[in-house]
Amino acid sequence: MAEPLLEVRNLSVTFHTARGPVEAVRNVSWQVAPGEVLAILGESGSGKSVSASAVMDLIDCPPGEITSGEIIYRGRDLLKLSADERREINGKRIAMIFQDPLSHLNPVYTVGWQIEEALTTHGTPKDKARVETISLLDKVGIPNPEASARKYPHQFSGGQRQRLMIAMALALRPDVLIADEPTTALDVTVQAQILALLEQLQHETGMALLIITHDLGVVAEIADRVVVMNAGEIVEQGTAAEVYANPQHPYTKRLIGAAPGKGAIHDDPPTTEPILLLQNVCKKYGEFEALKGCSFELCEGETLAIVGESGSGKSTTARVLLRLEEPTSGRAMYHGRDLFALTPRELFEMRRDIQMVFQDPTQSLNPRMTVYQIISEAWAIHPEILPKARWRERVAELLGQVGLKPEHAHRYPHQFSGGQRQRIAIARALALEPRVIVCDEAVSALDVQVQAQVIELLDKLKDEFGLSYIFIAHDLPVVRDFADRVIVMQKGQIVEQGPVRDIFENPRETYTRNLLAASLDPDPEVQARRRAERLSKEVA
Amino acid sequence: MKKFLFKRAISSAISLLLLIVAVFFLSRLTGDPTDLYLPVDASQEARDNFRAINGLDQPLIVQFGRYVWDVLHLDFGDSIRRARPALEVVIEAFAWTLQLALITMFLVSLAAIILGSLAAFKVGGFFDRIATFFSLIGAAAPDFWVAIVAIVIFSLGLGWLPTSGTGTPLHWILPIAVLFIRPFGLILQVVRGSMINALSSAYVKTARAKGVTPKKQVFVHALRNGMLPVITVIGDQAAGMLNGAVIVETIFGFPGVGKLMIDSILQRDFSVILAAIMVTAIAIFLMNILIDLAYAALDPRIRY
Amino acid sequence: MTQATESAAPEKERSGFRTWLSLLWADKLAFFAAVFLLIVLLCAILGPWLLDGVATKQNLRGRNAPPFDLSRGFMMILGGDQLGRPLLARLIVAAGNTMAVAAGAVMLAMLIGSTLGLIAGYSRGRMAELIPRLADVIMSFPSLLLAVIVLYMLDPSVGNIILVLAITRIPVYLRTTRAEVLEVRERMFVQAATVMGAPTRRIIFRHILPMILPTILTIATLDFSFVMLAESSLSFLGIGIQPPEITWGLMVSQGRPYLTSAWWLSFWPGLAIILTTLSLNLLSNWMRVALDPTQRWRLEIGARKHG
Repeated sequence: MAEPLLEVRNLSVTFHTARGPVEAVRNVSWQVAPGEVLAILGESGSGKSVSASAVMDLIDCPPGEITSGEIIYRGRDLLKLSADERREINGKRIAMIFQDPLSHLNPVYTVGWQIEEALTTHGTPKDKARVETISLLDKVGIPNPEASARKYPHQFSGGQRQRLMIAMALALRPDVLIADEPTTALDVTVQAQILALLEQLQHETGMALLIITHDLGVVAEIADRVVVMNAGEIVEQGTAAEVYANPQHPYTKRLIGAAPGKGAIHDDPPTTEPILLLQNVCKKYGEFEALKGCSFELCEGETLAIVGESGSGKSTTARVLLRLEEPTSGRAMYHGRDLFALTPRELFEMRRDIQMVFQDPTQSLNPRMTVYQIISEAWAIHPEILPKARWRERVAELLGQVGLKPEHAHRYPHQFSGGQRQRIAIARALALEPRVIVCDEAVSALDVQVQAQVIELLDKLKDEFGLSYIFIAHDLPVVRDFADRVIVMQKGQIVEQGPVRDIFENPRETYTRNLLAASLDPDPEVQARRRAERLSKEVA
Repeated sequence: MKKFLFKRAISSAISLLLLIVAVFFLSRLTGDPTDLYLPVDASQEARDNFRAINGLDQPLIVQFGRYVWDVLHLDFGDSIRRARPALEVVIEAFAWTLQLALITMFLVSLAAIILGSLAAFKVGGFFDRIATFFSLIGAAAPDFWVAIVAIVIFSLGLGWLPTSGTGTPLHWILPIAVLFIRPFGLILQVVRGSMINALSSAYVKTARAKGVTPKKQVFVHALRNGMLPVITVIGDQAAGMLNGAVIVETIFGFPGVGKLMIDSILQRDFSVILAAIMVTAIAIFLMNILIDLAYAALDPRIRY
Repeated sequence: MTQATESAAPEKERSGFRTWLSLLWADKLAFFAAVFLLIVLLCAILGPWLLDGVATKQNLRGRNAPPFDLSRGFMMILGGDQLGRPLLARLIVAAGNTMAVAAGAVMLAMLIGSTLGLIAGYSRGRMAELIPRLADVIMSFPSLLLAVIVLYMLDPSVGNIILVLAITRIPVYLRTTRAEVLEVRERMFVQAATVMGAPTRRIIFRHILPMILPTILTIATLDFSFVMLAESSLSFLGIGIQPPEITWGLMVSQGRPYLTSAWWLSFWPGLAIILTTLSLNLLSNWMRVALDPTQRWRLEIGARKHG
């Protein structure tokens, strides 16, 4: 291995919070050499970003405190340098890009100005910086660089914004680029493009790349070596292929085991009558058509997945179906009645039958109500379901069914973890004894292991209660493991639908194929094969 | 942009119209309007005479039409006390208040923005303590009391500053100082809060990662974003400046529109009051448009 | 970056009142402000009832008597006014009127403003368009001038003053409530309730109102000081509360002719005003932190350090 360029030794960082000091990372050590790609892999709360923030001097002290360790860059300990000396290194020698580029770009300055600033801050003359900016924009693939430099961040798409961040970070050809979850909020096809861009630029400049991610697929695609973190400590490190093929630590084993897309495909979709039938549903917002005539059916006891990228209209379908928004036209037949033409009274009764589980359980539970109040609200609204005397007993029963304990009933949502909160949200939906549950990205915000558990729970409940699911997701591997049938949507239209095996193994439409090709496999070998295929295609 | 200005003008015109109507009905329905226009000791004959001249003996709807017509032509009649057109009297006084308000507002904004930004950069630091102290005192101080205490100390006690009038620059110091306090306290607090938000934002983190100096982080990256809510408050406070002007002008004998209104109320000079209401409302309307334009200039995401 | 929130450690729920008290104790300034306000409140409630006789008893020998002279009795410790009435007693009695006017105006404005804001924020009909316009109309004119004009046309009785001050403050509550409702209405837990079929009444009272109430109360505390200042200004200008009723603002005005010879006539009531408004501001600042779950840790750290 080449001489390390940047090395973190025994770093420990503590944050002082209301509940006393919390050790965010303990004794973390890693190193990265020129031309190498190192990934730090961890779930939320694992402290995976903390060491990178320490490298960039982005930890606010207080409440943070670096209690021990060294950060060696080219033989100097960064932690011993003055603030001015560290500023000299930031942006020039070590640069960083972040998740969510929209909030990380200053909304009130043009992107050209912001990239120029990176140059002028470190001494490039203004006129030279301007020329350099245009060529940087061109290099990262921003169309029409001259005009784009005069635009503001909000005028670009998500993927383009991340390209702008990359242009800004690479302006001074740094030795090290740190990328903190650079593709997390992006669609899979855009993610693939950004990763490809990073790879290409890294080859050209020979810089070291440190990528922080929660996604095994990203590691498989881009990393040479990987550091796995859990609860503030490094549990394992090694080459990406080695760690995937032969994990040593139980945590790593669990993490890899939970990765979706490896389970058995549901091959025997229930052959029952459709209970829900959507016909030609349209939704317009002013001039914009979010849904352009969608028709599909949901059979009893079936899990129907709707997949698509952002803006495909998949969430709008759910919101219209649940009458959170009014459709512009179309029909939704449920037990012979059109859901879109119900009287208020009928709508109220229908609410019992079709329920929803939302994406972010932190936001879908009222923070000022106890779990008991949250679940029993269903019966306060629909008193015919259950007499008040039996509420307590039934809440305990429901909590048991979703894998929580009866004594949890008197706690507040903030006292639970993300996965537990989603279980509460599922219990709330079940309280109404529905026939259909619409899950709108219900597991997207969860860590993979928790995701797997919640999916398992949903599967179990389906059989117990005879439910049908409409499962809206952007994450294809999860869909592959869970769904019976899949609908692929693009720009408000259904482009393809069919049994899950057909969609995943014999997609007919180019769009579906691209979508599948762009989604990352957690196995580095599979990704390497795909990359080789891609390259040979480009050459040919 | 034109479309926006047009829409804004329409909505403000509706506000003005409602104000005109409200003033009319309050003045006509709550008692004898001659009470408003004439001195308390006016004879019955004088009252009848006044009614006939001004059409007050006619049906309400006719009176209303005439009133609206006059107001729309900016014809408010003559000031009874001054025997001059009311509008002229008001505009003269308004010029004084405008000068006073502009100078004060400029000083307030400058001081509050600089001190507030410095306070936000280091929460709990030296500037933060000063800023918090002044903003709390400033927002709590009754201006009339501060004014008379200041007179006792600086004019009567030390003899440094004159108590009333507008003759020399010295005359302006006390009115400006007193008028300064409340808006300063309020704006300072908003600047501080808004800048704390802006400084903890993701784009400032990016700037730090770029190696931008702390000074530029505050005054280039955060300030322009942090100014957006501040602009709104500055607008509100500029309009509220007239509240302070009423007190300050009365106490310091400053010939502005605030004193004019209080005088006219005590002298029951209704034409002047009506003219003053309209002139102030129009001035505030123009200022609101300026605020909107400033907003658009600061934030490229806003396009009218 | 995400914070470590996975731990579901059961937090001991202490009794509500004690928790709040310790949070208040964590901010010493706010604590003393609250104590001071409690004293003012007691004065305001009990003062007029206990001391009305003392406060109106004229004593020509005690005219403009200087403060800190105990020879005339404890009530004269702050001096006497132009008619020899003890200033301390008068301050305490005036607290009643001052507080009553401010409290009345704030409550009225809060009730009307929040209700209108709630309607404007929640309904999607024409009211949602019209109600904010109302706030614009009121805001298009300086509040004190508006009060001055209205009080010129109506007579300056206590009821009218409360009404006028309330009207000038309605926009504050209306706009804040509307903005908050517009935001909370889109939150997922409100949509979850809608999906369950919760009626409008339930959504408003169980889900939206509890979320925005802290903000409204914080604003009301701050507004109380604003209204107090406005009432004082009106009384000072002679178009607010009329003698023989007294408020602090009126007392400042009554002492003004004697500024050079007896400064204490205006000084004490002014100080009473400034201390009360300062306390209200401090308390409101504390509430802003204490009622915001994402900010409360600042106080909790303090509470831990000190005990």
